[in-house]
Amino acid sequence: MPSDLVHLYMRIDHLPQMWCPGCGNGVIMRDVAQAIDELINDPDERFTREDFVIVSGIGCSSRAAGYLDFNSIHTTHGRAIAFATGIKLANPKLHVIVLTGDGDCSAIGGNHLIHAARRNVGLTVIVFNNDIYGMTGGQYSPTTPTGDLATTAPYGNLDRPFDIAQLAAGAGASFTARGDVFHARETTEIIKQAICHHGFSLVDVYSVCPTYYGRKNKKGDAVEMLKWQQANLIPGARFETMSQEDRQGKKPIGVLTHNDYPEYTDEYLKLIDACRKKGRK
Amino acid sequence: MSERYELRFAGSGGQGVILASVILAEAAVISGLNTVQSQAYGPEARGGVSKAETIVSRETIWFSKVKNPDFLLALTQASVNAYAPSLKEDGVMMIDDSLQAPEGFPEERLLRVPVLATAAEKVGKAFTANIVAVGAINAALGLFGEAELLEAVRRHIPRGTEEINQRALDAGKALIQADQAEAFRRRLG
Amino acid sequence: MSKAVLMQGNEAAVEGAIAAGMRFFAGYPITPSTEIAEGCARRLPQEGGKFIQMEDELASIAAVLGASAAGMKAMTATSGPGFSLMQENIGYGAMAEIPCVIVDVQRAGPSTGLPTSPSQADYMQARWGTHGDHPVIALSPSSVRETYTLIIRAFNLAEKYRTPVIFLMDEIVGHMREGVELPNPNELIINHRKMSFHDGANKQCYFVPEGEYVPAMKPFGHGERYNITGLAHDQSGFPTNSSQIAGKLCQRLMDKVEKNVDHICRVEEYAMDDAETAVVCFGGGARAVMEAVLQARAEGRKVGMFRPITVWPFPEKALKARLPQLKRILMVEHNHGQMLLEVQRVAGNEKPVDFLGRIDGTVITPEEILNKLAEMEGEHHAQ
Repeated sequence: MPSDLVHLYMRIDHLPQMWCPGCGNGVIMRDVAQAIDELINDPDERFTREDFVIVSGIGCSSRAAGYLDFNSIHTTHGRAIAFATGIKLANPKLHVIVLTGDGDCSAIGGNHLIHAARRNVGLTVIVFNNDIYGMTGGQYSPTTPTGDLATTAPYGNLDRPFDIAQLAAGAGASFTARGDVFHARETTEIIKQAICHHGFSLVDVYSVCPTYYGRKNKKGDAVEMLKWQQANLIPGARFETMSQEDRQGKKPIGVLTHNDYPEYTDEYLKLIDACRKKGRK
Repeated sequence: MSERYELRFAGSGGQGVILASVILAEAAVISGLNTVQSQAYGPEARGGVSKAETIVSRETIWFSKVKNPDFLLALTQASVNAYAPSLKEDGVMMIDDSLQAPEGFPEERLLRVPVLATAAEKVGKAFTANIVAVGAINAALGLFGEAELLEAVRRHIPRGTEEINQRALDAGKALIQADQAEAFRRRLG
Repeated sequence: MSKAVLMQGNEAAVEGAIAAGMRFFAGYPITPSTEIAEGCARRLPQEGGKFIQMEDELASIAAVLGASAAGMKAMTATSGPGFSLMQENIGYGAMAEIPCVIVDVQRAGPSTGLPTSPSQADYMQARWGTHGDHPVIALSPSSVRETYTLIIRAFNLAEKYRTPVIFLMDEIVGHMREGVELPNPNELIINHRKMSFHDGANKQCYFVPEGEYVPAMKPFGHGERYNITGLAHDQSGFPTNSSQIAGKLCQRLMDKVEKNVDHICRVEEYAMDDAETAVVCFGGGARAVMEAVLQARAEGRKVGMFRPITVWPFPEKALKARLPQLKRILMVEHNHGQMLLEVQRVAGNEKPVDFLGRIDGTVITPEEILNKLAEMEGEHHAQ
C-alpha cells in the first residue's frame, strides 16, 4: 500500500518509478517528500508547498523531479545547479531543491557545484550518490572507489574518488552533511535542516545501486548493501564516541559544516537598494 | 570640414589615446555631426601600440574603418613609425616633441607639440596627456566649438576631476600658436 | 546642442535589452562581448534587476533559462568560443520553450582565433549549433542605433514565440561608437509572454489551442505545479516515448517559426527598385556594402543592397521577389561563404551568385566590393 506521502506529494499518474528493484533512489526521494511535508506542517516554520521548486539534471537521480508533485524542472546533464541559480535569483522567495547524482554534480557539473557553494546561493542540493553512472549502464563516476570495477574500468578504477560533502565544504559551502539510505529517519532530519538553512546547503546521500555497482563489485543484493551502510555509516553522535581503531573504514553521517554566511540573493537585494538610493546612472 | 574627416590616435597603453578618440567623437555628436569611433581592443591593446580612430562627417558614415587618416596623433616612437606612412597625402601628423618624425616627413604637415611634458610638468599629472592632446588637436584643427569640446570632456571623466581636466584642455590649447592653427585650417579647407 | 549621445554597439545592446524589460543577465567575460556584461553589471541593479557572473558559459545560459522559467526576461552575451559552449542549452530552451536572448558578438575563429577581430562566421552555427532539428530566430544589426531597437525586437520575438532568439552581432558593430538619439521609451512596442495563471481544470502546461502554435506560459511559484523537461514531452509537460506525440511536438516547434515567417522576417533594401545587381550582406558587413552601392549608383550603375535583418529564418520570400529583375547577385560576408549557401538555394539556377568573403579578421572595404562588382559586370557582359 502506498503511504500518504505518495498520495500527497507524488505524481501518481507517473508511477511506478523507473528505478531498478533495490535501488536506493526511491528512499531518498521519499526522505525529501517527508522532510518537505514536516516543514509545511510545522506551525513554527513558514513553508508553503507552492514555494518549492525541484530542479534536476540528467541521470537516474534526476528522474525524481518528474515524480515529485511540485514545480519541477528536469534540465540538462550537469547544469541543474546553474539553472537553479537563475531560478533563485529571479524569485528569491522560492525554496529551490536540486536533486542530482554523483556524476551529474561532481563530474560534468563539478564547476557549478563549487561555485554555487562559494557564492552561497540559497539552494539545497541533495546528491543521490550511488558511486556509478546507472542510467548509461555502469560506468565509473567521480565517487567510485579506487580499484572498483565498472564497464569503463574493466581492470579496476585508477581514479581516486571525491568525497562530495567534503568537496562542497572545501569550496566554502555554508552547510554540508552526509546521509544514507539505511538511516532514513536521520537523513530526513538532515534534509530538513538543509532546507531550513539560509544559504547553500548540500546533503550527500549515499544511495545503493545493486544492479550495476553492486553486481560488478560483488557487493551482494540491495539488502546486503544496506547492511553494509548500517555497519559502516555511523550517525555522527555515535561516531564521536568511537575509538580511532573502531572508526577504521567507517564514515560519520550527519552535519559536517554549518556556518552563517551572507546569502547571495539577500546580498543582491541590498545591492539593488543601495544602487537605487544612490540613484546614479 | 570636408565630407569625411578621419582621425587616428596612437600611443602606448595607459596614455589614454582611446579616450582622446572617444572625446572627440562625443564632441562631434554634441555638435550635431555624424561620427563613428572605434579602436583596437584586447590583447592588441595591451602594451605595444594602442590605436583608436574617429571619423567625423556631415554626411551619414557607412564604412566604419579608417584606412588613410587625414590626421594622426602619435605619442610614442613606435606609433609614429607604424602609422605615419598610412596618412593621406596631405594628412597632418601631431607628435610629442620628444619623438622624431620619419625622415623626409614634410615640415608643413607636422606639428611637434610637448604633450607629455605639458601634462607632467605644467598640469602636474602625466595621465592628463590625452586631454592636453585633445585641447591641442582642436586648437589646431578647429573641429568643434569650445563649449562642445568641454562638454564632451566632462561626459567622459570621473567626477571630481573637472578642474584638472579643464586645466589640461587649456594647456593643450595654449600649445598651438594662432598662426599655426590658421595655416592648418587653411590646408583643411 | 544635439540630444544624441555617443554610444557603443555593446552598450546599445544593454540599454535596448533593459528597455525591452530584461532584468536578468548571466554571463562570462569574453572579447569582444565583455562590455555587455559590464554594462549589465552596472545598469541592472539600478533598474531592480540582477546580474551574475557565472563560472562559464554553460552555467550562464542555464541560469538565464532558469530565471526566464521563473518569470524574468533574461539574456546572456558571449562570443564564438562561449557561443559554442552554450549550444546544448540553446536546444533545451527551444525544446522546453523558454524565451531568452543570446547575444553573440562574433569574432574571428576557428577556436580562439583572433579574439579582437571581426567575423561573421557564426552564421551557420546560429542555425545549426545545437543538436537536433529545432526552430531558430536570429537577428543581426548593422549600426549602433539598430542594435538598440533590434534587440528589443529580439525580446519581443522570444516572448511571443517562447523560444531562444540569437542576437547575432559582430565586432564591427559591437565595438563601434556612434551618435544615437534613443527613441522615446513610451513609443516602444514591448511584448510579454502570454501567461496562464490558475486556469483550473486545464493543468496542461503546454496546452495549445487548435490553430495556435504557442502555449501560454506558467511561471514557477504561482500556484500550479508543473514540469519542464528537455525530453520529448506531451502537453502536460511530462516525458513521453510516443513517437506520435514527440513528432507532433517537434512539428509544432518548427511550425511556430515557419508559419510565422512573414511576421518574423525583416529585410532592409536600398536602391533595389530598379537594381540589376543585388549585393546581399548582413550585420556590420553592410556598412561597406552601403558605401559601395552609393558609389556605384553615383556612377550610374544599377546596384542595390539587400540586407536580411532577420538572418534566420533566411528571408527567402523577399529575395525571391527580387529575382526576376536581377541579372546577378553578389554575397558579401566575413566568412568562407555561409549565407551564400542560403542565397544560392533561393536563387537556384535562375541567377548567377558571386561571392566576396574574408576570413583573416580584417574588414572588407567598399573598394574591394566595387572591384568585384566591376569584375562581375565585365564577366556577365562578356557572356
